[in-house]
Amino acid sequence: MFHTILFYFFAIVLIGAAIGVIFARNPVHAVMFLVLAFFQSAVLWLLIEAEFLAIVLVLVYVGAVMVLFLFVVMMLDINVEEVSGGYTRYLPLGVLVAVLMVTELAQIIWLRSTPGISAAGFASTPDGYSNTKALGAVLYTEHVYAFEIAAVILLLAIVAAITLTMRKRPGLKQQDIAAQVAVRAADRIRIVKMDAVKPDTGSEP
Amino acid sequence: MKTLIPDFVLKAWMSLWGMLPPLMQYLVETTFWILVVMISVILTVAFTTYFERKVIGYMQGRVGPNRVGPFGLGQPFADVIKLLIKEVIVPKKSSRFLFIIAPLLTLTPALATWAVIPLSDTFVIANIDAGLLYVLSLTSVGVYGVILAGWATNSKYAFLGAMRSAAQIVAYEIAMGFALVGVLMAGGSLNLGVIIEAQAGGVSQWFILPLLPLFFVYLISGVAETNRAPFDVAEGESEIVAGFHVEYSGVAFALFFLGEYANIILISALTSIFFLGGYLSPFEGWTFLGDNNLVSFLRDPSLGWLCAKICFFIFVFFWLRATFPRYRYDQIMRLGWKVFIPVTIVWIGVEAVMAYLRVGPWSGLATASLAG
Repeated sequence: MFHTILFYFFAIVLIGAAIGVIFARNPVHAVMFLVLAFFQSAVLWLLIEAEFLAIVLVLVYVGAVMVLFLFVVMMLDINVEEVSGGYTRYLPLGVLVAVLMVTELAQIIWLRSTPGISAAGFASTPDGYSNTKALGAVLYTEHVYAFEIAAVILLLAIVAAITLTMRKRPGLKQQDIAAQVAVRAADRIRIVKMDAVKPDTGSEP
Repeated sequence: MKTLIPDFVLKAWMSLWGMLPPLMQYLVETTFWILVVMISVILTVAFTTYFERKVIGYMQGRVGPNRVGPFGLGQPFADVIKLLIKEVIVPKKSSRFLFIIAPLLTLTPALATWAVIPLSDTFVIANIDAGLLYVLSLTSVGVYGVILAGWATNSKYAFLGAMRSAAQIVAYEIAMGFALVGVLMAGGSLNLGVIIEAQAGGVSQWFILPLLPLFFVYLISGVAETNRAPFDVAEGESEIVAGFHVEYSGVAFALFFLGEYANIILISALTSIFFLGGYLSPFEGWTFLGDNNLVSFLRDPSLGWLCAKICFFIFVFFWLRATFPRYRYDQIMRLGWKVFIPVTIVWIGVEAVMAYLRVGPWSGLATASLAG
């Protein structure tokens, strides 16, 4: 009962936040609505006892991805009129994606409600079951190659992004910290010895 | 307790309590403990500000606050009252809602993290398995307050402060996370209570010795995460006035202040839990001292030891502030990305090799995970 009330409360806030992302006129507000939506879906996952996924969703999406998103959106000087004019242009694509997702969801619900399958669906986990441990056990044994290949691909993406921007190009200014630290006074200042000059006699211009 | 409250009142109270449904009992009890922890954290914050001014005062050859109450102990309350009765000015061209909610967004994660922190060997509000992940995710959410404050203010100084802070926090969070991976490997669990219990057995078993590089990385990243000196470029009084909170006044400013100090206390608590054995006593297992009450009190794990460790780290925060000049911005970035992250990765590798060879505190790790 209590569980159900919580579910509907968070689900309503989630849908409200998702609508807010689309209709917010200000891009920063839209990003904040998206953050709210992520939080709500994390809570929904917590309700079905998927605490690892829920916390990782907050950690990765809210804590890292959305911060960078916000960073970019704040730096860009987006014209509000121009953005809101895009509704009709993207409407067909949006409707297509929505229809696709609704069909998929309906299929899942239909599958779950079929007797025989539904029993295996949301069986409550035994006491002391830790899905963090279970996920780790599967990830590092059965799926270890897929996991490591994914890690290597991500690493490659990072290295590629850095090499693309850090290539030698004209006008690139780089600091060489080691060289800066190694500088001695003698490299920068030259002490010039000069002969003493006679006091001014007035003949100079 | 029994002498203070008459017997029949106690009985009536107990029967009333028994009449409540279990769910309500649970809610009331949890809310009570949450309030206890929150109020103690907020009171600690109040005296931390006093502590900071005294420490920095003495380090600079001054006396610090000494007018309000004995030794100036009333100073924090005087400050709070002053801030409460001041006007909150909201700039005209600001984004009003975000401007007001931003200080709350810095404070809430700092307080919410205390839910999973074991305060003594018997007390923790929520004993969850993924405690360490919860801590990481909440500390990463804290940055929103600063960014939104900077943006919503609609001022160039505030915006610059927010940008600096965002980049800095994102950079140091990675090093912090990696340092915690080391702790997680040594402790063999994500549960903070289990991590502390893994350090039982005296100072030699604490993770600070085997994880010394990670300890320094974590502590320094913690200073950077809380935007404290010498990493306080987000405020940078001499360059961008007060950074992200330049337009905040009154209660809104007080909330930012509260959030900053709550974060300091939190990072201190987490550092002592991850590396100094949390509530464990440094004299654990010193049986040769005899067995009287005082000695066994000193030897047993208690809240007192956690508080002592937290106080030490808070002092370190202020010590750093009084000692070092502010970092240059590019040097902050260099330290985070090019020094701390490689150090943590190397040390995790070292740890893995040692665990494989069964050397050091990780010797039990391989067998434990294989059995489980």
